[in-house]
Amino acid sequence: MSERDMKWADMMRAANRGDAESYERLLRQIAAALRPVVRRGLARAGRSGADIEDIVQEVLLAVHLKRHTWDDARPIEPWIHAIARYKVIDALRRRDGNFDLPIEDFAETLAAEEETPRLSSGEAERHLARLPEGQRAVVSAIAVEGAAIAEVAVRLNMSVGAVRVALHRGLAALARHLGDN
Amino acid sequence: MRTDDFVHALAVDRTPSHASTGRQFAVALAIGFAVSALAFWWTLGPRPDIATAAMTVRFDFKITEALLLAATAIALALRLAQPGAATAAQKWVLCLAPVLLAVAVIAELVVVPASQWPIRLVGSMSVMCLTAIPLLSLPLLAAMLLALRRSAPTRRTAAGAVAGLVAGGLAAALYGTQCIDDSPLFVATWYTLSIGMVAGLGAVLGRRVLYW
Repeated sequence: MSERDMKWADMMRAANRGDAESYERLLRQIAAALRPVVRRGLARAGRSGADIEDIVQEVLLAVHLKRHTWDDARPIEPWIHAIARYKVIDALRRRDGNFDLPIEDFAETLAAEEETPRLSSGEAERHLARLPEGQRAVVSAIAVEGAAIAEVAVRLNMSVGAVRVALHRGLAALARHLGDN
Repeated sequence: MRTDDFVHALAVDRTPSHASTGRQFAVALAIGFAVSALAFWWTLGPRPDIATAAMTVRFDFKITEALLLAATAIALALRLAQPGAATAAQKWVLCLAPVLLAVAVIAELVVVPASQWPIRLVGSMSVMCLTAIPLLSLPLLAAMLLALRRSAPTRRTAAGAVAGLVAGGLAAALYGTQCIDDSPLFVATWYTLSIGMVAGLGAVLGRRVLYW
């Protein structure tokens, strides 16, 4: 097991105990490690790198919504590789029809150096527009403007609990929409 | 949308995701089995001579074989539900039931005179077997697919097929208590065919519904 695996596993265990800061750091590190992988996948499919952030966000969303499937006694990197591979192939197939990626790509490139983010091409925003009004308002306030839960609750005249529920449902619905087209 | 902001949204979503995969499976199997068992009790029920049958090797083997298949398929399904989990050992273990069945078939062919083979193979209730096992497996298959959907199977067809083996195996154990054909020749033919149908259905459904 790599040093990074132990570090990430520790961060995820902390996240599962409610440490949001550690979770946010972990997701950022995963995002940075994913970029070269996704870039390579896109290059193999003969596509430009314009969709990188869209796909990275899709993988992060899957990691988030499926985090209960990680057994915290096991290494975390193989789990992330498998989710990333599934989602990258899925995203490329949706764009290009049949497509496959050798699994080694993930083992190698997740260990490679990190890359800085760029703006996404806005695929997630387009899908945000399809969410029910309440969920859309909450998700876009938090995910696009970076607002805090309490802030959004005041602004939209909702309870903090209702904002949390709308955020969670909105993210889950976003994942479904992303997989649809 | 900037990935940084998106990550922030994920981090503040503290709504717990689903229960662990193991617990999902336990609940799904308990509910699915309860529904199937009730349906079995209502429609067929165990054979009247079950107490004496339970003392024969062939009957006990039939039930054990079905339960063994279900148990080993559950172990593999659990792995298929978790991204990146190794499956090699579970795949080998899944071969136990078929190998054991093959051994039983050979033993039966040795013990029983050749003139009896066709009678034992055809049995008396093959159509019933082919109907009852797939029908009884449906609640179990639905429950298993639901549990798998909440997890994250990266190989949807395989996961669906193995869910079918779990459902078919448990349904076969239930139906086996009613079925009066105990010969391994019968079991290897008709039970295998019935469970195979359920696995096929699971594969087709899995491909479509296990998408995430």
